[in-house]
This record gives sequence, structure tokens and C-alpha cells, in this order.
Amino acid sequence: MTVIEARALRKEFVVRVKAGVLRRESRVIAAVDGIDLTVSRGDMLGYIGPNGAGKSTTLKMLTGVLYPSSGVVRVCGFEPVPQRQALARRIGVVFGHRSQLWWDLPLRDSFALLRHIYAVPAADHAARLSRCRKLLDLDPFLDTPVRQLSLGQRMRGELTAALLHGPEVLFLDEPTIGLDLVSKQAVRSFLAGIGDAGDTTLVLTTHDLADIERLCRRLVVIDRGRIVHDGSLDELHARYGSRRRVVVDLDAPLVTPLALPDVSVESIEADGRRITYALEGGRTTAGELVRRLAELASIRDISVLEPAIEDVVARLYADRDRHGAGA
Amino acid sequence: MASGGWCSRVDSRWLTAYGPLVRAQVRSQAQYRASFVIDVAGSVLFGVLDVVAVFVLFRVSKTLAGFTFADVFLMTALANCAFAIADLLVGNVERLRVYVRSGLLDAVLVRPLGVLTQLAVMDVAARRVGRVVVAVGVLIVAAVNAGLALTAARLVLLVVAPAAGAVIFSAVFVGTASVAFWWIESGELGNALTYGGHDFTAYPMPIYGTVFRRLLAYGLGFAFVAYYPALALLDRRDPLGAPAGLGYASPLVAALVAAAAGLCWRRGVRHYRSTGS
Ligand SMILES: Nc1ncnc2c1ncn2[C@@H]1O[C@H](COP(=O)(O)OP(=O)(O)OP(=O)(O)O)[C@@H](O)[C@H]1O
Ligand SMILES: [Mg+2]
Repeated sequence: MTVIEARALRKEFVVRVKAGVLRRESRVIAAVDGIDLTVSRGDMLGYIGPNGAGKSTTLKMLTGVLYPSSGVVRVCGFEPVPQRQALARRIGVVFGHRSQLWWDLPLRDSFALLRHIYAVPAADHAARLSRCRKLLDLDPFLDTPVRQLSLGQRMRGELTAALLHGPEVLFLDEPTIGLDLVSKQAVRSFLAGIGDAGDTTLVLTTHDLADIERLCRRLVVIDRGRIVHDGSLDELHARYGSRRRVVVDLDAPLVTPLALPDVSVESIEADGRRITYALEGGRTTAGELVRRLAELASIRDISVLEPAIEDVVARLYADRDRHGAGA
Repeated sequence: MASGGWCSRVDSRWLTAYGPLVRAQVRSQAQYRASFVIDVAGSVLFGVLDVVAVFVLFRVSKTLAGFTFADVFLMTALANCAFAIADLLVGNVERLRVYVRSGLLDAVLVRPLGVLTQLAVMDVAARRVGRVVVAVGVLIVAAVNAGLALTAARLVLLVVAPAAGAVIFSAVFVGTASVAFWWIESGELGNALTYGGHDFTAYPMPIYGTVFRRLLAYGLGFAFVAYYPALALLDRRDPLGAPAGLGYASPLVAALVAAAAGLCWRRGVRHYRSTGS
């Protein structure tokens, strides 16, 4: 079942730029420049892209904050801005850089308020809250005014606040921004739990690719307002030629170099006793490589390095700089 | 939202949410107790000063454009009461520009309540309640002082007029606030119309120049806040020649002004552009 549908979605901003001492010029920038996106129930979608790519702008259009300049968008069957209130009861939203809690109230009171605002039956509310309290370890700061919470504590509060009405879709704009490793882990495994339950759709933007690896089955990469990749992480690796690497430690340097299809030598260290091979394409498997190598030399140690998503994305963004200049 | 415009649809959910929201707000503010007390005292003083101004005026002259002290006192009291109620209900929308400029409105827009409702409640100032209480008291004193010949119709008007006036002021609050959706640097422009409008409505219309009067009294409906209802209550003819019962039309005018403001508001919300970060 489709929960999010966007067709040729576009958002322009008019910005004024200085063009002299007093003169200002208006310029139109397309923050989101024709996006097509279909998201099904239960999807866990990672929405990534460099700074200014249009991620937040897209999320704002999907949640009813911004009215699109053109294009069609439906979330849970609603048109976000005209049917904003109806949509709001079906979705949960967390903006990492902006609090939605009541600044002067303790979390406990904020949560109680949200129950009234969303008209959640008391039993449902209590069940969801106690689950969040357990999983996110909220109890130590439940009675502290929000303004006194640390970023990590507040973010746990925000997540809880977004979930108390049992949303069908959860939109998260950089939910791990600024958190330390422990808090990041807590947030990630909490979200993973929600995703695994299978009935909540998750749309997440982040610059921390570990979030993506841990949480997202599907990856949409956006750049300058356009989608440049939509598929699984593996597909992204395949497309941008990410390579698995096999690192072997040998007792003695190779006498004759190994020649296999789709295998290249990436580096040779320790006087030839450590060789890093890169596997590209599929004609040679890691197992085959090791077997052939064992015929030529005695192997002391082997490790296989999975491709790092950072590398792929770095390559993707670098591509853009090369091709993008004129675009 | 779809059907509500700025006068949010009053359904049960709205009511159940409103009470707890207001209570939470009062609790938040009570944390800053000193400023809370000063706020209440200040607002009561503010309400009283308006009346004092009329007293001072009539020490200088016996009549104002043909109206006696009692007449003008009634107009001032009506205007004051209408303004106090409007200020209590939607005075906060003036802060919209802060929300628009900072992008805080994002958080408001993702909640299932009207934007205006949330803004109104977000900083509901208990001090404004004090002002309404004072204003109602003053209105009663003014009505007694004027020795109104109270028919049933006039009695109804005495209650309806401040309410209609409150709607007119609320509309002005909302309309001027929504300018911020297009023009973030609108600054104090809104206050000129709202607080300025309050002073304008407190006196008989004939004292104003033609252009000014046409614009504010008829264009924005300000003459219907206190002037025409007061004439109807006092059973006096308008020196400017308007029909006698015009004061009874103030709810109609209020509805028109409110509709216009609602339209501005809804267009404004669509125009909201958030912030880049
Ligand atoms: N309210 C606004 N007014 C003017 N321009 C805006 C506004 N919001 C966003 N933009 C512009 O639109 C583009 C996309 O911004 P957006 O915030 O969607 O990027 P993003 O992908 O979320 O970036 P980041 O990773 O830095 O959060 C940027 O060029 C930004 O300057
Ligand atoms: Mg962003």
C-alpha cells in the first residue's frame, strides 16, 4: 500500500541578493526541482544528499509545512497543506534542529498535553509512553523542564512525543544530529525496533551514514533538488562501483603477480607481504581469489573489507562537482 | 483547517485540547512569578488609564462634537471591552512574525490543531484576563452612568456590541499579523492598527477628518465597535446622518471583516516559507 506519493514535486524560493549598495535583485532558486517518489507502508527510507540538496524542503512539503510550488503530493491519502490537520494525526515529525516540546514544561506534562491534542485514548497513550520510557530510558529526566535537558535527552523526548499518537509515517529530519555515540546508538536501535515491527513507515534524513546502514533498506539520494539515486544500498554500491577489498598477509612476497578478471591490486605494503586486492564486478569471488592465491604463496591472514557507504557517497558528491558546474 | 479559516472549527477535540493547553501555559508562566504579577498589575492599570483619559478630556471641554461626558464614556467603555476580549483571545497572533522569522511555525504546523488556536494559546497571558474583568466592570459603570433607557433590544445590544467589537478587533489582529507571512520585517505596523484602532474607536467619529474616518471607520468597520452601538443604546441620531438603528448591524459588519481576515490568514499560511535550517 502506498503511503507517500509525489509527482513532479517542486518548491521554489525567491531570494533577494544584494546587487549594489541599495539595489536588491530577486532570484528564484528551485530547492526541490521535480521529485517523483513512491513510498509503501513499512518502508524505511533514507533520504540523503549534500547540504542544501533539498532534503528538509521535501520533508516540509510532505508534512504540510510548506505548500509546493507545483506538482502533486499525497501522504496517507491526504493533500498535506489543505488537509494539514487530518494528516497531522496520522504522521509523526521530528526536526532534529528544532524542538517541538514545551520549553518550560517537564517532559511528563508535554506528553500529557499531546494526549489531549491528538485525542489519544488514555490506555493507548499509557502503553506507548511506558514502552518509550523503557526503551529510551526517559525516567531520570521525565520531570525536568525541557529547557534544562541535554540535547540527547531532549531528542529522546522528541521521539517519544512524535510517537505517542501512533503515527503511520514517521518523518525524521536529522534525528541524530549533535548526539554522542551512546545516544546515537540508543536512537538508532529504538528506530530499528519501530521499523522491524513493520507497520510504521520511516523517512529519515541524515548526514551520518551509519544511521542509513543500520536503519534503511531503501536509499534515495537527492542533489540540487533532483533524485540521483533510488534503490537499495547494494544497488548504490553496484552502480557507483564500490569495491569489496580482500587484504592478505603473506609469509613471503609473491613471485608472480596474480591475474584474475575483475580483480585489481589496490596497494602493496610491508615489502610485498601485505597486498590489498579490490573486487569489482562479479567475475571473481573472494573465495576464488583466496584459493588461487593459496596456490602461489602461503597465506598468514585474510580479511575482507565491505565497501564503506562513506566512500560511495563521497564519490557520488564528487561526481556532482565534476559534472554539476554547468548544470 | 480546510473549513475553519481563522475561526477554528469548534469541535469537541478543540475544546478538550484547549483547556489543558491553557492550563499548561499558565503553569509555565507561573514559574516566572515576579513578571507574572507585574503583568497583571500593568494590564489593569492600562485599562483604567483609558477611562482617566476621558475624564481629563472633559475637564477641558463640556462636550465633544456634541457628545457629553456620559456618551463618550460609554463609547470608551465599549471600545475598551471589545479590545480587551480580542486581546485575550488572539492578541498573541502579533507574535506570528517571530514564529515566521525563526521558522518556529514548523512545529505548529505539524500538530492537528488550527494555527491560530495554537498561537493564541501558546502564550495566553493571564494578565489579559484581568483586563477583561476591569473592562466589563467599567462598561457596567458607564451604562449606569449614561442612564440608558433599557429596552430588551438595547439590553441585547449591550451584550452583543462588545462581542461584535471583539470580533472586529480580532479580525484586525489576525489580518495585520498575517502580513508577516509575506513581509517578515513588518515590525510594529500591526500594532499601529490594533492599538491605534483601539484609541480611534473610543471617541465619536465626527471628531475625525474625512479621509481618516472613511478609511478606518467604514473601511475597517471601526465605527461599529463602539460609536454606532453607543448611538443606538443612547437613542441618539448620528450627526453624520447615518440611520438610527445602524448599531444593531455591528454583528454583520463583524462577520464581513472576520471573513476578510480569515481569507488573508489562509493565503498567508500557504505562503509560509519556513527557514533554511
Ligand atoms: N525558507 C527558505 N528561504 C529561502 N531559501 C531556502 C529556504 N529553505 C531552504 N532554502 C534553500 O533551498 C535549498 C535546499 O534547502 P534544504 O534546507 O532543503 O536543504 P537540505 O538538503 O535539508 O540541506 P542540509 O543537509 O544542509 O540540511 C538551499 O539552497 C536553501 O538555501
Ligand atoms: Mg536540512
